[in-house]
Amino acid sequence: MSSTTEYEAVIGLETHVQLRTRSKMWCGCANEFGAPPNTNVCPVCLGLPGVLPVANEEALRLTVLAGLLLNCEIPARARFDRKNYFYPDMPKNYQITQYDQPSAVRGWVDFEFEGAIQRVRITRAHLEEDVGKSMHFAQTSGVDFNRAGVPLLEIVSEPDITSADMAYAYLNALKDILVFGGISDCDMEKGMVRCDVNVSVRPRGTSQLGAKIEIKNMNSFSGVRRALEYEIQRQVSVLKSGGQLVQSTRRWDDQTGVTEEMRTKEYAHDYRYFPDPDLMAFVPSEQWVNDVRKCVVELPLARKQRFMRDYKLPAGDAQVFVDDVPLGDYFELVARHTPNPKGAANWVINNMRALMVQTGKALKDIRFKPEAIGELVALVDQGKISSKSAQEVFAEMFLTGESPSAIVDRKGLVQVSDTAAVEAFCDQAIAANPGPVADFKAGKAAALNFLKGQVMKLSRGRANPALVGEILEKKLKG
Amino acid sequence: MTNERIDIQHLTHLARLSLTEDEKQVIGAQLDDILKYMDKLKELDVSNIEPTAHAVPLINVTRPDQVERSLPHQDALSNAPLQADGLFIVPRIIE
Repeated sequence: MSSTTEYEAVIGLETHVQLRTRSKMWCGCANEFGAPPNTNVCPVCLGLPGVLPVANEEALRLTVLAGLLLNCEIPARARFDRKNYFYPDMPKNYQITQYDQPSAVRGWVDFEFEGAIQRVRITRAHLEEDVGKSMHFAQTSGVDFNRAGVPLLEIVSEPDITSADMAYAYLNALKDILVFGGISDCDMEKGMVRCDVNVSVRPRGTSQLGAKIEIKNMNSFSGVRRALEYEIQRQVSVLKSGGQLVQSTRRWDDQTGVTEEMRTKEYAHDYRYFPDPDLMAFVPSEQWVNDVRKCVVELPLARKQRFMRDYKLPAGDAQVFVDDVPLGDYFELVARHTPNPKGAANWVINNMRALMVQTGKALKDIRFKPEAIGELVALVDQGKISSKSAQEVFAEMFLTGESPSAIVDRKGLVQVSDTAAVEAFCDQAIAANPGPVADFKAGKAAALNFLKGQVMKLSRGRANPALVGEILEKKLKG
Repeated sequence: MTNERIDIQHLTHLARLSLTEDEKQVIGAQLDDILKYMDKLKELDVSNIEPTAHAVPLINVTRPDQVERSLPHQDALSNAPLQADGLFIVPRIIE
């Protein structure tokens, strides 16, 4: 590690995610993973001559929504261009993309990293089309165009990332936002997220950027992290041994865990971008953008911070309600009815969720009302029932939907806080257990817990535990 | 013919065209003529003319996100020089 500490990495990410639409970007073929090869194809996505692409409105909407979730500005006008190159997975010999007039620009993502909130700026988010999928055999390659024309959102970050771990945290935060917002399912197994990385290193504290190396071919976040760990180390080694780095493109090999240089790629201007004459500009009305804005959901980090602030929950509890949004929404219904939201969160997370898993029940099957949990918390907080009895009450209300007070009354679970009654139980326990009594008197403090347990047993769990401890101690010491 | 503006060698590579030396001469000259014609257009004073973004004055041409019928599988592959297992087969792609 010491060899890298004199150097720092400068990392920018280009993240491609498939949008969650029913149909493709320019035609009505299904946007569907796993269909037999070349079954979701038509003249448009096969690039046959004479066809006319027509933009999928939902893809445009999701792109602008993603831009808003990433705190971007939405330019008044977006346009599609042709990026020209030859490759068998691109049948038209150009990819339609937004070049100089993207749908979203200048935003940012905030996320938790190493105990602080980090911000990575977003340069732009633009809409393009995915290409076909190629498979390589000994002598030939095979192409499946089912994926060609699937709407693809490219999110370009500024080079604000400084380590492999930070890149990993950024990608996870980005994914959470896109899944939360319904932009993309971000299913890595199905190749819905792919990353290109730009990374350079420079002596720590200097501001000039080193030679930029691009790494392609990463389809998992852990792959990105491993590739960056390898590549940063490699670049530092080259510089330390007096070598020079030149701008180039490398490919990550997940099997061998190394990056290797690819053939010199065509320079950006060689793509000969020009406006696609088949497509009209997209100039969303203010009303349209405002309608999209209504779909902006609370972001995961904001939700976590709000739960910690408004309900005084520890980070762990808040995270549970971020990861499981319906459960969090349910908790908020409960929290409205109790002065002790943390107590309510314990019931929701530890008891209710566990019982739901055990019994295979969903939130809609819960038989008691949300306020019942508040009532239960109050019964415990006011000392009316012991926490042990509360467990029994909860199990019962989960089963029957009966209110906590009704269960307490019916089962006679009201806590015994009457000193005389508790004293009677204590006397009984002391008389029945001379051994532990002697142990306690001989200095074995743990014996008191045993006696406490005996009293609780005699009272069928109803004796107020604090009072029991107090009385036992007084009797044994006195 | 060599030309400062037209690198015919580079252009044929980008277009994946194989031209004879004679063709390169002829086409290089023709491309240069096209650029000269553009230069001629530049001489026009267009300061009072609004830029034309597109020949057709339309914006926001979209379609609803609905799945339509795709091509029958065999029709889709009917122009493929080679096919196997439902895939278009091409010369091996080497990077």
